[in-house]
Amino acid sequence: MAVSDPTIKTKPAVDETGRKSSRVLQTRDLRKEFGGLTATDDVDFALEEGELRCLIGPNGAGKSTFLNLLTGQLEPTAGSIYYDGHDITAMPSHERVERGISMKFQVPSIYEGLTVAQNLRVPLQQVVDDDFAVRTREILERFDLLAERETTASDLSHGQQQRLEIGMAMALEPKLLLLDEPVAGLSVEETAEIADLLCEIAADDGVALIVIEHDIDFVESIADRVTVLDQGTIFREGSIEEIKADPEVKRIYLGEDH
Amino acid sequence: MSVDSSDGHLAQLRRPFEGPNTLGNSSAFWAGLAVAVALLAAMPVVFGYYAAEVGAVFLAYALLGMSLAFIWGYCGILSFGQVAFFGVAGYAFGIVAINVSTLTGATLGLLAAVAVSTAFAAVLGYFMFYGGVRDVYVTILTLVVALVLFTFMGQTAGGEWAIGDARLGGFNGMSGVPDLGIGVGSVGLEVGLVGHYYVTLGTVVATYLGLRALVNSQFGYAMVATREDETRTEMFGYDTTFIKFAVFTIGGAIAGLGGVLFTTQNNYIDPSVFGITAAALPVVWASVGGRTSLLGTVGAALAIQFVDYQLAISGSEWALVFIGSLLVFVVLVMPEGVAPRLHDHVAEYREPNDPEPAETPAATDYPGGDD
Repeated sequence: MAVSDPTIKTKPAVDETGRKSSRVLQTRDLRKEFGGLTATDDVDFALEEGELRCLIGPNGAGKSTFLNLLTGQLEPTAGSIYYDGHDITAMPSHERVERGISMKFQVPSIYEGLTVAQNLRVPLQQVVDDDFAVRTREILERFDLLAERETTASDLSHGQQQRLEIGMAMALEPKLLLLDEPVAGLSVEETAEIADLLCEIAADDGVALIVIEHDIDFVESIADRVTVLDQGTIFREGSIEEIKADPEVKRIYLGEDH
Repeated sequence: MSVDSSDGHLAQLRRPFEGPNTLGNSSAFWAGLAVAVALLAAMPVVFGYYAAEVGAVFLAYALLGMSLAFIWGYCGILSFGQVAFFGVAGYAFGIVAINVSTLTGATLGLLAAVAVSTAFAAVLGYFMFYGGVRDVYVTILTLVVALVLFTFMGQTAGGEWAIGDARLGGFNGMSGVPDLGIGVGSVGLEVGLVGHYYVTLGTVVATYLGLRALVNSQFGYAMVATREDETRTEMFGYDTTFIKFAVFTIGGAIAGLGGVLFTTQNNYIDPSVFGITAAALPVVWASVGGRTSLLGTVGAALAIQFVDYQLAISGSEWALVFIGSLLVFVVLVMPEGVAPRLHDHVAEYREPNDPEPAETPAATDYPGGDD
């Protein structure tokens, strides 16, 4: 494992099948190279059920690449990914989703030409055979979009689009939710709403979350633990207090004023 | 959409064919459709046999157009080579039916032709979609396949290019293709001139209803989602590669069915069905009628081919100019096509007079259910 600091807290290795009672995700020596560039460099990462983990790091640290490896959008050059006790390294994206991994993309990735209700129908019909109307209503209420039910998604505000996409990701009833910058471009109020929503998802639904985020105040408001990526490797891992107090993290990412 | 008890049974009957993925989900729409089908059914009676003969060819084209609207409008796969499946099925029918005389041959020919066009689309679709070919490259590849077939069939004039009694005939085409029929030996139903018209009309209506049901099913939602954003849809757990493969294959089967009806009507087929002009026609029909409207495409195919035919028999050379100009006009003025534009106007006009209750069961099942 090519980690740059011996103080990194690593989780114990999993058994033959990768299963641990409360461990939902584990990567082992996960590596992704693009030509001569190593975007993910032998990353060992572990996540417990219901944990809310933030992934931070400077631009180009490999955060989005790491998430895309977890979803199967990218194929790793080497290493393994274990999810819920199973090796999913070679599994296509759609099968990973069927097993409970859900994703919210960096740019709101909704069906802009469809209405809010139609948008929700797409993930919903993967988990329920009927009762779309009931489930749609529940989700719209939870994500505060009931009044926009018949609105074409492209006509929603940016904040509503972000909420809709999180709602669509949650409609799949996932065990692991990956969010790439869920509050980018949102107002202070909207950011606080999303923070509450994510904490609620982790606490009440028992969903494990990995959240990529640049806004350190937002990270502070939600994260159980924080992982700092730098140049494709895990640079630090710990509580938000530990991360904020670390002078090396300050130097590479947070800036001296934090 | 409010339904009173008197037409409750009709509403139930309509239900599988309705949803937000199709235009026209109101009683008025279905009544209009029934009138249109009745008028088409009356055409041979009113205008005579010749109208039935020409009309059947237009209806076969309508099937070809629908096959493209289905894969392009609903799944985002712009195939410029739907005629490949249309033509291959036509030739396949001819080869089987010429060699196996009697009604057995016609029956086997029909089955074989649709099977061959379906398998052809499945093989081509498999290599394209599982090979990672996407977007405009699918368009180019399918056009190339049609043009390769055009070139290949064009050089089959020699006597050595015969399969049993069926001579491929090069650019002179394959003649003597038997009529459509269902049966074994001499027992069964041979479809005559007017009968062929009604079989073709029935096939168009049945295919239209079948596709309406399919695009409003769960699979239909997956198709539309794939069209809108393939990566996003995959991240909702859909095997988008398989969806595209399946849709393309179904499109090939429908185009093939159209090809059989076309060839049996003319008792003849030649390589021009694979040519660039023929390949462009379905794209024009779907663009003009509205690719997201199966019925719009059918209407455009019938109307455009009718005008084209009138221009052709008048001896003018303006038919292709007319079609090309129409395509440019529609793309510039109403890129979504005539039927979706018409639907929007009707919806705007009706909205103030017909407010839809927000909480009716139908409205909660699908939005915008009434046009």
